[in-house]
Amino acid sequence: MLQLNNISKNFAGLPALCQVSFQVPQGQLTALIGPNGAGKSTLINCITGVAPCSSGRISFDQTDITALPAHAITRLGIQRTFQNLRLFPRLSVLDNVLTGLTCEGGSSLFMAMLRLPYLRHRERRLKLRALEALDRYGLTAKAHWPAGVLAYGDKKRVELARATVGNPRLLVLDEPVAGLNAEETCVVAEHLRQLRRNGQTIVLVEHDMDLVMNAADQVVVLDSGQCIASGTPESVQRNPMVLEAYLGRMEATA
Amino acid sequence: MTSIQRLLYFLTLHRTGLAVCMVSLGALLFPVLDDNPYTLGLSHLVAINTLVVLGLNLFIGYAGQISLGHATFFGLGAYGSAIISTTWAVSPWLSLILVALCVALLALVIGIPVLRLSGHYLAMATLGLNFVVYTILIQWDEVTGGPSGFAGIPALSCADFVFDTPVRQHYLLWAFALGAMLLMLNLVRSGVGRGLAAVAGDEIAASSLGVNTQAAKVKIFVLSAVLASLAGSLFAHSFGYISPDTFGIFASTDFVIMVVVGGMGSIWGAAFGAAFLTLLPEWMDIFDTYKDLVHGGILVLVLMFLPQGLVTGLMDMLKIRWALRRHNASA
Repeated sequence: MLQLNNISKNFAGLPALCQVSFQVPQGQLTALIGPNGAGKSTLINCITGVAPCSSGRISFDQTDITALPAHAITRLGIQRTFQNLRLFPRLSVLDNVLTGLTCEGGSSLFMAMLRLPYLRHRERRLKLRALEALDRYGLTAKAHWPAGVLAYGDKKRVELARATVGNPRLLVLDEPVAGLNAEETCVVAEHLRQLRRNGQTIVLVEHDMDLVMNAADQVVVLDSGQCIASGTPESVQRNPMVLEAYLGRMEATA
Repeated sequence: MTSIQRLLYFLTLHRTGLAVCMVSLGALLFPVLDDNPYTLGLSHLVAINTLVVLGLNLFIGYAGQISLGHATFFGLGAYGSAIISTTWAVSPWLSLILVALCVALLALVIGIPVLRLSGHYLAMATLGLNFVVYTILIQWDEVTGGPSGFAGIPALSCADFVFDTPVRQHYLLWAFALGAMLLMLNLVRSGVGRGLAAVAGDEIAASSLGVNTQAAKVKIFVLSAVLASLAGSLFAHSFGYISPDTFGIFASTDFVIMVVVGGMGSIWGAAFGAAFLTLLPEWMDIFDTYKDLVHGGILVLVLMFLPQGLVTGLMDMLKIRWALRRHNASA
């Protein structure tokens, strides 16, 4: 579904990604792992158009999205979450989730100002969907809170709700359980499995190996900006290159 | 549901519409209670400033940008309408629309390159624009009348009904102000409005949610310029006389202060800020002499203690307080 061919990204000459290629098959959960600084978040930023890549080609359903701006890529059906939360603290939780439906909310300034009946009905439908999403993530009671005062775990779930509410064709999650405790991690893992069962295509960046090995269909390992392995969780766990990337480093620092 | 619950539900469901009706009723009845021409003159100014501040508030509070040059569009609207209707003897309504279209075009041409800037640079660019236009208004005196101003601008009229008395002008100006307010309230409650609020909050997140941030900023800039131009034309046609001093950089900063006092991203706050700063000198004589000093002081105080603006800041505090109290009550 998503295909990456020889993606490279340089920051002022410093290579962050070098010739990365892999595919994300439809309806499967692809996990992207690697040590800190391996280029995982950079790769996600390249895919979603936040930081366009320096060379290579990214195609999504046979459409070339390499040079498209972020909003155009989102309109093709790719939604993401951020590692460092990017909620809108002053908006209510419900409005935060509603911003995830921006693509369906119309873009005509003029029609929005007139607020004709069709627009009112559409607003009501979108609100209903946002409330359903909040219900899935157990946030209904806090729907009218300003998002800024929520606890960290709740904020993470609001981001998940915001990314999934529009039923994107591809969901890109950047460390959805980072900073959560074991209990909260279990809840998020269950949400991921539920999404996967419903046929959602997911790219997951995560450090939590239990979560990755249990949930992923395919694992891609990055190290120092290069793709060093990909395959099923079992085959990646046995791959000597991967062991070296993780364990070799541990020896060096121990 | 009991009848009281039903009533409360109705009130919350239609709160925006009901509030607009209440304000409209107030504006409708005001001349009946007080038809002193001086007081009505003040209410005209409040309506005109509200019109400008509504647009600017959208630009600052929703699109998250800063403009220190909105008096430019206000001035272009006033002078454009004055010149077209007086010198060229075109009907005032037509000149009002023509000027609004020209200003929209100008804002588009200026906005596309200038809105690539942000923060201080954008403030400087808009300030520069204001200086350029102000200088033209003063120096090009065969067309604009120069420093002595432009007099004898015809009033607006519908067939034989001329808006030449203060009471008639009151209704005309408030019809425009409240109409614009209704449109803005509709806008911010729509998907487009949420997209704009997202741009103000975090541009990267907004673009990842599918908002074309650059286009959104330019659109709002053009919209606010058109509102300012309309306000300027109405100002010219109802007061009959304009001079460049009304459209200098201090006018621009006053508009920004009105937005800040009202609160970023609050439509009701825009009307409050416009009314508050227009009426302030009337309540205390000292404010007239040291106007700029007092305005600067207000700006500093509000930004220090409530960076979101007075009305919005207080509302945010209330909302958080309310949410936490409900949470503690249920826990």
